[in-house]
Amino acid sequence: MTDLVVRAEGLRKRFGKTQALDGVDLAMRRGTVLGVLGPNGAGKTTAVRVLATLLRPDEGYAEVAGIDVLKQPQRVRRRIGLTGQYASVDEDLTGTQNLVLIGQLLDLTTRDARKRAAELLEWFDLSEAAGRRAKTYSGGMRRRLDLAASLVGRPEVIFLDEPTTGLDPAKREDMWGVVRTQITQGSSVLLTTQYLEEADALADEIVVIDKGRVIAHDTPDGLKRRVGGLTLRVRPADPARVPDVLRVLDLVASPGTQASPDKGAGSRPGAVSVPVTDDLSLDVVVPALRRAEIEVNDLGLHLPSLDEVFHALTSDSPKEAELV
Amino acid sequence: MTTTLVAPVNTPTTAADDGPRGGALAALVRHSVALARRSLIKTIRTPEALIDVTLQPVIFLLLFTYLFGGAITGDRHAYLQFLLPGMLAQSLAMGGIALGQNLNADIEKGVFDRFRSLPVARSAPLVGAVAADVVRYLTVCVVMLGFGTVMGFRIETGFLPAVAAVALAVGFGLCFCWISVWVGMLVRTPGAVQGTMFLLVFPLSFGSNVFVQTNTLPGWLQAFVHVNPITPLVATIRGLLIGGPVAHNLWMTLAFMAGLLVIFVPLALRGYARRA
Repeated sequence: MTDLVVRAEGLRKRFGKTQALDGVDLAMRRGTVLGVLGPNGAGKTTAVRVLATLLRPDEGYAEVAGIDVLKQPQRVRRRIGLTGQYASVDEDLTGTQNLVLIGQLLDLTTRDARKRAAELLEWFDLSEAAGRRAKTYSGGMRRRLDLAASLVGRPEVIFLDEPTTGLDPAKREDMWGVVRTQITQGSSVLLTTQYLEEADALADEIVVIDKGRVIAHDTPDGLKRRVGGLTLRVRPADPARVPDVLRVLDLVASPGTQASPDKGAGSRPGAVSVPVTDDLSLDVVVPALRRAEIEVNDLGLHLPSLDEVFHALTSDSPKEAELV
Repeated sequence: MTTTLVAPVNTPTTAADDGPRGGALAALVRHSVALARRSLIKTIRTPEALIDVTLQPVIFLLLFTYLFGGAITGDRHAYLQFLLPGMLAQSLAMGGIALGQNLNADIEKGVFDRFRSLPVARSAPLVGAVAADVVRYLTVCVVMLGFGTVMGFRIETGFLPAVAAVALAVGFGLCFCWISVWVGMLVRTPGAVQGTMFLLVFPLSFGSNVFVQTNTLPGWLQAFVHVNPITPLVATIRGLLIGGPVAHNLWMTLAFMAGLLVIFVPLALRGYARRA
């Protein structure tokens, strides 16, 4: 039996007419990142709230750090950190006051709480703003403070509910760095996201949720294999060169696939794409195109969008469905 | 982000330190104090939120004394002596309304989600917020007695009875505000808390002995005044400030205060637990 730090079975929760969770099973190994991927309203937040002891499910079993969430919520609370979808820092308190309060509620002495607050504020680059009210913080600073607040108790399991929604790309990567560091520090992280890119960058395993059900649980690579994975797309300036581009792209095609003109929904006319295994393919394709003197208007690597993931996971014959 | 710094280490809890430090009750007190401090910081940072316990009672006192005082008793000073103790009770009942509004707003903003995910007693956030409201109720007492003195009000008893009056008034405020806390857990918006509470506080404070002698009222209204918890409170404060027997009314008031706690603390806690 592997060391599971989060385990949930058959979670159900209904709000009025909405079945928010319709039999969700989850499993997260210790020291890993589990990405919970799904569109708005899929049930991601509800699942996190159940695991973080904020919400009782109608049915089902859940344990965090080996403790029954429903029977011993207080023991679970000593071991978790939660950052919700909306930065829940107290706007009238300063950065330091926010973190010290959390420390005191976690039974640190005031002195230890202050020390821990200073340590986290420095790490999150908020030392200069430590004495200012959170009201004056930018969106990114609030997010960081919120995240810092969930780390005050050195939690074993960290729940992050859409931690990067609304952040610009640079801030997003900062946040990813924080998550990776937590893993090296011995924590396990369950994060929800709407972005496949984010789940791919961080998660050891991905659970895809839709309409309150788990529709896939796989490694990012496994998921990509099922969905079609990374695609290299090239659009030559001269549409007549399409056959030459096809020949070049076949050099880097994933095993068992070949380059083909784009036909899927949303594709641009005259573009050619090929499934590839990694971004090293660019190093091959760019010089090859230059040697063949093919001028290109557009060249890039694309992950399947969340839409494509769902399409692939929910339709019986994804390949054909994509061609419609 | 300063990536050059070494990140603070998260050492997973291995010790069996599962219970709170020093037992459940000590923890509740400690956590409530920490959360009360949070509320106090918020109060100090937003002085405009004190209008309902400073400017508002002063305006009411001026209005009733000078507008109605002459008509009601023919002697403004005598009316002020009669009115101020009653108005103190009314202001305290109204002073609790803001608490329910603030808690309601906190829950909407998600601030309480963080508290719920921490190993603190479910009641600590509410107990802490109520405890911090002591400052607001003391403010009401100081402002009304201070401004009343300027207007000509005189304490006719002595220092200790006056202190007892203030203590009783603040104590009543602390019990009465649990209604507001409960309503704050039930309704959706801070505005709705205010609307609901006014519906309750207006009949209670006007349908009492605050503004006129009970024997001037029609019989059915007298019946209401006699079962109104504000009535014995006002009678007691009046006795303690301007003289008269207080024992019976004091016991009545303490009984009402206990009743308020017994009924509304569990209701508020249940409402809080249900508010997902």
